[in-house]
Amino acid sequence: MKEEKHLKVSAIKNGTVIDHIPSGSLFKVVEILALNRCKSQLTLGNNLESKLLGAKAIIKVADRFFADDEMNRIALVAPQAKFNIIRDYEVMEKRTVTLPDAIVGIARCMNPMCVTNHQPILTKFNVVSKKDVLLQCCYCDKVTDQEHLVIIKNG
Amino acid sequence: MQSLVSITDFSKQDILQVLERAAAFEANPNMPLLSGKVVATLFFEPSTRTRLSFETAISRLGGRIIGFSDASSTSISKGETLKDTIMMVANYADLIVMRHPLEGAARYAAEISRVPIINAGDGANQHPTQTLLDLYSIQKTQGTLHGINIAMVGDLKYGRTVHSLLQAMSLFGAHFSFIAPQELAMPREYKQLLEARGIAYEEHTDLAEHIGNADIIYMTRVQRERFLDPMEYERVKNVYVLQNKMLQNTKPNVKILHPLPRVNEISTDVDGNPKAYYFAQAGNGVFARMAAICKLLEC
Ligand SMILES: [Zn+2]
Repeated sequence: MKEEKHLKVSAIKNGTVIDHIPSGSLFKVVEILALNRCKSQLTLGNNLESKLLGAKAIIKVADRFFADDEMNRIALVAPQAKFNIIRDYEVMEKRTVTLPDAIVGIARCMNPMCVTNHQPILTKFNVVSKKDVLLQCCYCDKVTDQEHLVIIKNG
Repeated sequence: MQSLVSITDFSKQDILQVLERAAAFEANPNMPLLSGKVVATLFFEPSTRTRLSFETAISRLGGRIIGFSDASSTSISKGETLKDTIMMVANYADLIVMRHPLEGAARYAAEISRVPIINAGDGANQHPTQTLLDLYSIQKTQGTLHGINIAMVGDLKYGRTVHSLLQAMSLFGAHFSFIAPQELAMPREYKQLLEARGIAYEEHTDLAEHIGNADIIYMTRVQRERFLDPMEYERVKNVYVLQNKMLQNTKPNVKILHPLPRVNEISTDVDGNPKAYYFAQAGNGVFARMAAICKLLEC
């Protein structure tokens, strides 16, 4: 009758386990990877104990594998995330993420007067600091920092 | 195809070429280089001063003008997107001059337009032809852009004209004095830019004491709404008003510049002083804009 303990997050046969997501970023990661529209088995765990992050989140998605540029998109909100690629219940590969030099879409410009906040324009940023996550808007030139980072919702 | 959205779109060579051209236009203002060409002036936000300067420049070059001076009388007020307006007008005109209340609007337009864009102001962001006319005024009055002592006064934090002028003048090895209240000091990023280029600058809060060495005094307005603490505004508002008596011990070649419109930051008793240059500076705008238009249209 101790089964509950082991049911925290169920194992998947094939797919991806995304680990080391900061607890506050779980739903941002879901949005960035558009997992809200994912039709396969999806398990989310949040506020799990983590030595690395204090509290972490984990995502298990069956039968889904991510391209490098997809994985790197979540570096904005989960820089320490690890992608475990599972085949036949075995971890075949572990991938870390790196922030790309440019970000297209995903984030909103924090400048309320920026044209991208008023017109149907895809946002574009140059990453001016990877360490502190500073994004410079390619249109208004203003810098958006991590504290003001707002993720654009996927439809 | 080149657009002019920010002054940093022009290299040092581009700038020198435009200024040389502006001088030629000043010597001979009616040159029909744009005959047969159509230039659109799209003022999504009204600015009579800037629009008249551009339209004079286009007229003196013999070009035809289409456009609007206020978006409220157009389909934009019915919800047409910026993209649709630009795509449509780019089919009619050889060049688009645009002013827009939103920051980044001109950069976006330049990205989607098939003809060059000149940014005539995008909100509080950029206004590069103002910088060209400032540079032209400096070169014309000092004979050179190299090694100028320039005192920038007033709102150095939010003032886009001083930021653009700093970026451009730093290409020519200027010496900068920033004279501003602490709340409106020159932002760190611009000081870092000067440091990276090995250019000296000093910072002061007192106006009268630190203009003695200047070749150019660039005045800007200190606005009440920039202050969180209204008492602080009251304390400094008169400290940054240039008065005629302050010019007694300044260099004979010094010229006072201001992007206009002036409110009270330059006392009217300065207007008659030969060191006052702000009205002539505005007049230089037509020649600088003629030169910028010709540069982008390669004519
Ligand atoms: Zn922006």
